[in-house]
Amino acid sequence: MKAFAYTRADDVDGAIAALAASPGGMFLGGGTNLVDLMKLGVASPGLLVDVSRLPLTEIEETPDGGLRIGAGVRNSDLAAHPAVRARYPALSQAVLAGASGQIRNTATTGGNLLQRTRCLYFQDVGKPCNKRVPGSGCPAREGVHRDLAVLGHSAQCVATHPSDMAVALAALDAVVELRGPGGERTVPLCDFHRLPGDEPERDTVVEPAELVLAVRLPAPPAGRSAYRKARDRSSYAFALASVAAALDVRAGRVADVRLAFGGLAHKPWRARVAEGTLRGAPATEESFAEAAEAELAAAEPLRDNAFKVRLARNLAVRVLAGLAAPGEEETGS
Amino acid sequence: MAAPQTTSPVTLHVNGVAHRRELDHRTTVLDALREHLGLTGAKKGCDHAQCGACTVLVDGRRANSCLLLAVAHDGAEITTVEGLADGDDLHPLQAAFLEHDGFQCGYCTPGQICSAVGMIAEAGEGAPSHVTPLAAGPPGVPVPLSPDEIRERMSGNLCRCGAYVNIVAAIGDVTR
Ligand SMILES: Cc1cc2nc3c(=O)[nH]c(=O)nc-3n(C[C@H](O)[C@H](O)[C@H](O)COP(=O)(O)OP(=O)(O)OC[C@H]3O[C@@H](n4cnc5c(N)ncnc54)[C@H](O)[C@@H]3O)c2cc1C
Ligand code: SF4
Ligand code: FES
Ligand code: FES
Repeated sequence: MKAFAYTRADDVDGAIAALAASPGGMFLGGGTNLVDLMKLGVASPGLLVDVSRLPLTEIEETPDGGLRIGAGVRNSDLAAHPAVRARYPALSQAVLAGASGQIRNTATTGGNLLQRTRCLYFQDVGKPCNKRVPGSGCPAREGVHRDLAVLGHSAQCVATHPSDMAVALAALDAVVELRGPGGERTVPLCDFHRLPGDEPERDTVVEPAELVLAVRLPAPPAGRSAYRKARDRSSYAFALASVAAALDVRAGRVADVRLAFGGLAHKPWRARVAEGTLRGAPATEESFAEAAEAELAAAEPLRDNAFKVRLARNLAVRVLAGLAAPGEEETGS
Repeated sequence: MAAPQTTSPVTLHVNGVAHRRELDHRTTVLDALREHLGLTGAKKGCDHAQCGACTVLVDGRRANSCLLLAVAHDGAEITTVEGLADGDDLHPLQAAFLEHDGFQCGYCTPGQICSAVGMIAEAGEGAPSHVTPLAAGPPGVPVPLSPDEIRERMSGNLCRCGAYVNIVAAIGDVTR
């Protein structure tokens, strides 16, 4: 690890000013991803601006019936919050499906959104990787890519975004509040992360020295929501594929539906095609399967990850069918 | 321009005793404990938050000390496995690990025990896990620790000797 300077800002504007004045610097949240990447030599900031003690640690009710989650709220506190659990169960389940109890106690909402891919080549500075060193190549495309993308990838990069939380936020129409040297703006969660295209080094639309202040949830969608994750172990493993969904069934038909996939792309994949197919359709397993297949028709699996397409389809059907059959116990497992 | 400052004075309150050291910013809480304060109870397994051997309690909550920068935890109250016993009286979890043979080589044990202390407190405050039914609650009511709950909540602590069955039994014993 390279030596670095450290500062703890007293307020939001101080944090932004400190980073704006130091182009090689980075914000530090819980550090569970950044410190890891610094140890690996993947990140080598000259300055860390610690934002973990800024007053961004509250979850507040908003006037429109939603919630505002401060960027510094720890993942475990987010998952356990009574309003999140009662009104946005998919979000609570998604957070609890990620990492471990210890890591969730440390990880923050802002840091979770901005965590980097777990692609092996990205994490190994001895290997080429377009995301780490633009133009150096993408060994994953022909190499180890079983865990990587089947949707929206590019010739330059086939990485996936690893966050579980962000998949639920995408389905729940969350909005990210940002403040930078140029002022404040909001970005819908679905537009926050990027597809790799020919700039795989850019994971998100965040600009230099822009700080995530909060994530805002609109009032919960009608009906119920849930998150389900498929992984190689039953706990403490990243998603091979995951599904977040909200479903409102009226008189046997789909009145409203939100669906997002995780583990399939460079960003949480909001399944608008499937949603369009499902609105007004009978709430049956056949419709759910048809909708998932319509969405996944765009998949371009690599040599070793075609199984993800089928897995994602089946997960979507299971989650939607579970939401359509009220009374069933949902734990997210 | 002056060279940037890459060390800072850091105070860590470890097991009730304040320690002040000038530390390189790269120093993790784990390295501070082991290399600077001579407390080798917390172990270094992976150094990447993957194994749990370094688990300690920070301001009462369990965390992987290998990814915590000491400078970012200036002023924190830290409890390590050395701080759990009351004189010669073992902490109930320490006694239960002995009773149930909750280890083989013992390398993961300090992390397992610190993690279990934190985990039991979390469940006691009603914090859910991945296997807690959504209908559970109301909020704040302790979550009963079934073997499934213990396994899920302890999944961040690996044991290369595979002593899991006895670890779950030891923790279950204390929570019954
Ligand atoms: C062993 C292991 C297993 C894991 N398993 C999972 C899993 O199954 N599912 C999952 O979703 N995640 C998993 N994770 C990842 C974990 O969720 C992330 O490391 C964590 O959420 C990052 O949060 P943090 O606060 O520690 O971020 P940090 O490491 O502090 O920061 C991450 C990035 O965000 C930036 N940043 C932080 N806060 C802000 C802010 N407010 N504004 C702007 N930028 C900011 C930092 O500069 C950095 O670039 C795992 C991690 C480990 C180590
Ligand atoms: S998939 Fe992306 S992150 Fe992985 S090696 Fe290729 S360019 Fe790098
Ligand atoms: S040493 Fe910290 S988790 Fe392995
Ligand atoms: S007892 Fe040997 S690693 Fe757990």
